[in-house]
Amino acid sequence: MKSGRFTKKNGLFVLQLGAVLLLPFITDALLGRGWVRIVDFAMLYIMLALGLNIVVGYAGLLDLGYIAFFAVGAYCFALTGSPHLALAFPQLFPAGLHLSFWQVVPLSALLAGGFGVLLGAPTLRLRGDYLAIVTLGFGEIIRIFLNNLNAPINLTNGPQGISLIDPIAVAGVSLNAGEEILGITFPSVHLYFYLFLAFTALVIFVSHRLEKSRIGRAWMAIREDEIAATAMGINTRNLKLLAFAMGAMFGGVSGTLFAGFQGFVSPESFSLMESVMVLCMVVLGGMGNIRGVILGGVLLALLPEILRHGIVPLQQALFGRTVIDPEGLRMLLFGTALIAVMLYRPAGLWPSRVRRSELEADEPESTI
Amino acid sequence: MNAPLLELAHIGKQFGGLNALSEVSLHIKRGEIYGLIGPNGAGKTTLFNVITGLYRADAGEFRFAGLRYHHPQPHRLAQAGIARTFQNIRLFANLTALENVMIGRHIRTRSGVFGALLRDAATRAEERACAERARELLRYVGITRPAQTLAKHLSYGEQRRLEIARALATEPLLLALDEPAAGMNATETESLKMLLQDIRATGITVLLIEHDVKLIMGLCDRVAVLDYGRKIAEGVPDEVRGDPAVIAAYLGNDDE
Ligand SMILES: Nc1ncnc2c1ncn2[C@@H]1O[C@H](COP(=O)(O)OP(=O)(O)O)[C@@H](O)[C@H]1O
Ligand SMILES: [Mg+2]
Repeated sequence: MKSGRFTKKNGLFVLQLGAVLLLPFITDALLGRGWVRIVDFAMLYIMLALGLNIVVGYAGLLDLGYIAFFAVGAYCFALTGSPHLALAFPQLFPAGLHLSFWQVVPLSALLAGGFGVLLGAPTLRLRGDYLAIVTLGFGEIIRIFLNNLNAPINLTNGPQGISLIDPIAVAGVSLNAGEEILGITFPSVHLYFYLFLAFTALVIFVSHRLEKSRIGRAWMAIREDEIAATAMGINTRNLKLLAFAMGAMFGGVSGTLFAGFQGFVSPESFSLMESVMVLCMVVLGGMGNIRGVILGGVLLALLPEILRHGIVPLQQALFGRTVIDPEGLRMLLFGTALIAVMLYRPAGLWPSRVRRSELEADEPESTI
Repeated sequence: MNAPLLELAHIGKQFGGLNALSEVSLHIKRGEIYGLIGPNGAGKTTLFNVITGLYRADAGEFRFAGLRYHHPQPHRLAQAGIARTFQNIRLFANLTALENVMIGRHIRTRSGVFGALLRDAATRAEERACAERARELLRYVGITRPAQTLAKHLSYGEQRRLEIARALATEPLLLALDEPAAGMNATETESLKMLLQDIRATGITVLLIEHDVKLIMGLCDRVAVLDYGRKIAEGVPDEVRGDPAVIAAYLGNDDE
């Protein structure tokens, strides 16, 4: 009986895995290639949301500048993987540095992690709203730097951004060209999907392992009651810095993936709105719960695209012109959804554990 | 062995113009149950906050287990062996009872990020031992509900006992309890008394703030009385009970 249940569970897992692996092909067939690209972007958002979840969901530190780490990772690859450095330092790098993606990943993880500590250190004593304001400022500072560091040395190329970033290559195969494997043609967006899937799986794995560990419990203790946590001997300073660093690393790696995928980065991709968006994914989905955060990421990444592709044609058909522009509608729906969730499901759409443990507490085993 | 476990010398703490503590000196011997009583606002909780590092004393210093502390960090004191509970219960409300106690084991366990990610044999063994010890402690303090119950869903008395279990998990030399019987009924108080005697029997020194005079008198080896931030009496319970200054402090307080 028990083993039967297990095979059923395994069967379900294989089915889910199969569906995920076939997702680009299914999406391509049903909705077209453009949607595969949208799905790829959704995966980047999921990684970002999971990274921010470490800071906000586990350690309870409200961070409104998270996108800055994404920017650090993206510019890390943009600078080291494009001809741009030749402009800034012609003697040193006559043709640019052209590190490979796999060399840049650990580099940007370290760099973003370092920035995480840099941001974390001055905010250790701040809580709630104050922390939010300082982190918001940090995010904006990074963006403004990127915008203005084109003089006196042209480091970031300012608002124009950096283009011609080398494509990501896996095992010598550039993902920017399609590839035929075993007689099946994999277009570029499909290949990026599998790369992002692998990284997302890694991020989920790391999140899960951290959540169920001594470190994860200490983070949650700080989130629940910082004073009690200190009184239990938890070094809140070190653990908060660790949370900032780990979250920032996820952000940095996602940024590197983003830069390689787009081949182009510019400061406008890293606006405050993006930080808010990622925070909303975490809050809306269910802070501290990996599944909830993934759900939030998927919903909020796809919603604007669905609107863009659905609402405009719908309006054209109904009124013959576009009455409400999809961007405005997006913010309207977004705000409404957020208010509704806060009112009716304050712990998020898929809250962590609370429900499950409540159910367990109702088991007959419980006495009294 | 004969040196006191905790020795306070001329501790002073002010809030604005208010002297919450002034010139408080006392010493607690190893293995005793030491009571701290006094009217509301006398400075008892403030004293706890000073010896656990949450407040910085403005004057004086203290020695704990042979080491001198001036402006210690709270987590250092916990590592040195002072564990406490809070007058207004401060549990990790949205975590399970088991996790609350396991967090108490934080300073007595080692695994870090790499252990968490790799989940190697040593880490798994440590986690298992940590959970096992936490379950033992839950049983020890008499929490019979499933260990997965969220702390906030426990009854008031259970929450107070969970705080004690969490404090014990840090393997303290000194267990400081801030009004552990507050809000408990007579039966619960009686079982708390037995629990505290058990704890003392294991060699842990207990510092107890309590309003329940019967509990203090039946349990404590020695008692100090605070009033307006000053120590006005100290001694065995019977002596202190008859002390005119103490009677005056309590009666004076009643008049207000
Ligand atoms: N953080 C604080 N800020 C200002 N005043 C405080 C603070 N903590 C305690 N006090 C004051 O110090 C005095 C002693 O308080 P407390 O130690 O809580 O008394 P007790 O625990 O004996 O009832 C009270 O007058 C209280 O108002
Ligand atoms: Mg008090």
